[in-house]
Amino acid sequence: MSLVVDSERVLARDPASVARAISLVEDRRPEAEAAAIELLRALSRSGRGAACHRVGVTGPPGVGKSTLVSALIRGWRARGRSVGVLAVDPSSPRSGGALLGDRARIELDPDDREVFVRSMASGGQLGGLARAAGAAVEVLSAVFDVVLIETVGVGQSETDIEHVADTVLFVVQPASGDVLQFIKAGIVEIPDVVAVNKADLGAVAVRAVAELESALRLGAEASGRAEPRVLATSASTGVGIGEVLAALEAHFAAVVAGGQLPAVRRAKNAAWATRLFALRYGERGVDQRGGSRAVRAALERELAGGATLFEALASVAPEP
Amino acid sequence: MAVKDPPWIMRTYSGHSTPQASNALYRENLARGQTGLSVAFDLPTQTGYDADHPLARGEVGRTGVPVGHIADLSALFDGIDLGRMNTSMTINATAAWLLALYVAVAEAQGVPSRALRGTTQNDIVKEYLSRGTYVFPPAPSLRLTVDTILFTVEHVPDWNPINISSYHLQEAGATPAQEVAYSLATAITVLDEVRARGVEGAAFAKVFGRLSFFVNAGMRFVEEACKLRAFGELWERLGKERYGVADEKLRRFRYGVQVNSLGLTEAQPENNLVRIALEMLGVTLSKNARARAVQLPAWNEALGLPRPWDQQLSLRTQQLLAYETDLLEYGDLFDGSPVIAAKTREIAEAAWAEVEDVIERGGAVGAVESGYVKERLVASNARRIAAIESGEQVVVGVNRFTETAESPLTAGGAADAILRLDPAAEREQVEALARFRRARDADSVARALDALRAAARGRDNLVPVSIAAARVRVTTGEWASALREVFGEYRAPTGVAGARAPELGSGYEPLRERVAELEKRIGRRPKILVGKPGLDGHSNGAEQIALRARDAGFEVVYEGIRVTPRELARAAADEGVHVLGLSILSGAHVELTRDVLAELRARGVTIPVVVGGIIPEADRVLLCAEGVAAVYTPKDFQIAKILAELCEIVERSAT
Repeated sequence: MSLVVDSERVLARDPASVARAISLVEDRRPEAEAAAIELLRALSRSGRGAACHRVGVTGPPGVGKSTLVSALIRGWRARGRSVGVLAVDPSSPRSGGALLGDRARIELDPDDREVFVRSMASGGQLGGLARAAGAAVEVLSAVFDVVLIETVGVGQSETDIEHVADTVLFVVQPASGDVLQFIKAGIVEIPDVVAVNKADLGAVAVRAVAELESALRLGAEASGRAEPRVLATSASTGVGIGEVLAALEAHFAAVVAGGQLPAVRRAKNAAWATRLFALRYGERGVDQRGGSRAVRAALERELAGGATLFEALASVAPEP
Repeated sequence: MAVKDPPWIMRTYSGHSTPQASNALYRENLARGQTGLSVAFDLPTQTGYDADHPLARGEVGRTGVPVGHIADLSALFDGIDLGRMNTSMTINATAAWLLALYVAVAEAQGVPSRALRGTTQNDIVKEYLSRGTYVFPPAPSLRLTVDTILFTVEHVPDWNPINISSYHLQEAGATPAQEVAYSLATAITVLDEVRARGVEGAAFAKVFGRLSFFVNAGMRFVEEACKLRAFGELWERLGKERYGVADEKLRRFRYGVQVNSLGLTEAQPENNLVRIALEMLGVTLSKNARARAVQLPAWNEALGLPRPWDQQLSLRTQQLLAYETDLLEYGDLFDGSPVIAAKTREIAEAAWAEVEDVIERGGAVGAVESGYVKERLVASNARRIAAIESGEQVVVGVNRFTETAESPLTAGGAADAILRLDPAAEREQVEALARFRRARDADSVARALDALRAAARGRDNLVPVSIAAARVRVTTGEWASALREVFGEYRAPTGVAGARAPELGSGYEPLRERVAELEKRIGRRPKILVGKPGLDGHSNGAEQIALRARDAGFEVVYEGIRVTPRELARAAADEGVHVLGLSILSGAHVELTRDVLAELRARGVTIPVVVGGIIPEADRVLLCAEGVAAVYTPKDFQIAKILAELCEIVERSAT
């Protein structure tokens, strides 16, 4: 099978080509990496990814994320926006295999070419984002108005998602245990919007919203970043979906209006590249390049010079 | 001669093609000594679609008889006096509708509803868990169930409005204790709902007395007999303690049975006749736990649809036990046996612990919605399959004693030993439906559907409005569609991701190495989409393949049941899978596979397709000629071997 993917056809949103492009960036053979670099460079040159809104959705299992994601997709489609979805599921630590995209509950129109859903296994690391996720987001960003990255909120993926998304939506359910977990886990600094799903649970949901708001306010004060919106939703009845969409867009609009988007994306890219570097070359590789700070600085320089993710990684690679 | 107990009701689960063809079959079966009818409906009827709906394609008249309206049901019972017949209907999501049609047809025969006897299966919980013909979400489904119960208790007093089924739970992998437990949990959920509707005292006791069960009986017939004794004891206790039912007669455990079809083998299929006979012992030997009604599958069910002669052989098996042996001359053979008492107690205790666990998780409905019970079943089934693969559980002719002389029963090829359906039947049914629609009064149909929708939004019992709709010639699809508008549709959790599968045996080490080696060669982990197209909800096989493939190192995409060929092709393309595996048990494998292949071609993607199901040899040849890479049938019980072949198929197409 040919490794060459026609970037023009990807940009024209040809579903089969988009699918092949993602398979290519997942492909770990050396010859595939060369082809992937070429493709990503072509997509990057098109400049199309600049306007794309990348939304990360995460949260503990069982909170109704899939239903909420379906509702968000429908909302964007109703507003005429195209949506690419990347759903990352954990790999089995035992076999390396994975059960992907429990999409039994995401109803999509199979004839709608403006929606594309791809699932991906997280790979070796427990709960982390897939190695190829960043590159896949690059592909989808060049093609769709909105790219949604969904991860099961366990372990590393909750923090990884920040590296590939412009806006992070956290989904929790009102059971107080969840909210407490969320606060204790020290991840209050990641989300830009929080959805308390299953708001049909009534009083419990109202209390959860209040608890979260105060916790997030403290977190925001300490870190000096904008205080996240907390919204009650019920994905099954559609309550609060419009508000979530508006909050996600408001967050992105503010970043864009402030002129910070290119800088923010560069920083995120560098952080993600540093994670990939560590995954690929291990502690020894990082040490050889003078420690993680030096690696990150080197990667940042490469990315700032216009290198794609894979190119940056290749040029900073330690001696074999 | 000693006074004999009357024999149980003898039925055969049957129906196919058209109401007329099924009526002829029923009359033959009755003439051969069958004492009741057991109606098998096709999947469109069970899931509320008319024969001309796109989802019904290839499924009309396939797994049972199509009943689209009052004229169909009337033709099905033509010449059969419903006032004297005892009819069991395997119908669940649309049970209220089929009951309405039955009452309306009886009325046209001049038989009052009070004289009707029979059963609607009407157990939606196990549909979510294993059988897959659910339509609406749990809450409105439960309402329909309770509406049916309350209607029949008042107007059709000898009807069994719900036949809570552990049968399908066993097929999904349940252990005897789990079978008892999940059925009781369902009963509790239904009864609590009845009580919540304000039914109390004598009326409630009457409801309790009308609940019946539908069980499975496998080869371990001593254990099965104990299971049923345990079931009866727990049911009696539940009536007395939880619900305060004073009348002992109303607390009696009543059940019907279909012996195990899952264990019937494609290899040396004649052995199945003996299996069926032995399995029947578990539900007949113990007088105190004897089935009220028995239906036996046919020896060749793993090959395809049984012919009338095959069904006759199963009926004769029942008649031999009831009429030639002395079984019915004695009291209970097991009372006083310490072995039986100990085993019964063991099952009862384990079952009760599981019942309490489920109640704690929000009852049967809560445990469905959270996926808890489904995950337990998927895990149990994985253990069962592992035991067969390793040879720990012996299956004669399959994993032991496989040497065989040629069987004269299948000498002409297995294709000659099954019933071939007339491919024109679906078209005839669709045309008859169009004629039926043209010949009715559109205004009264519209008014009846409005009344149905209004009742669904409110709290009125839905059976009377359904009977009114049946009389003015509303169709099955229209009835279900009106309720879909009000209630919405549901997709149950697959239970696959959360299931804890058993550790795989050493047979899987070479396979994992093979998968890892393949990954190096093709650059990615081999990725498979496991798909269930069509209306068939029997997902046990697909679930086990998905689970095993993951544990062998594949990346697996599984989207649950009832996915259209177009959706599957779209997902296969977008997901970039290396192979697409279809699981189709309804017999519609040729039509559905063709549709999937056409959809893939239309998208310009070349992905190898493999198909699993009850697929006769002639169809296998046909499918392979049309581009299918491999076909798997029940005789391919070694999943590791299937997965190794998939590696070869992936490698051939990806390099």
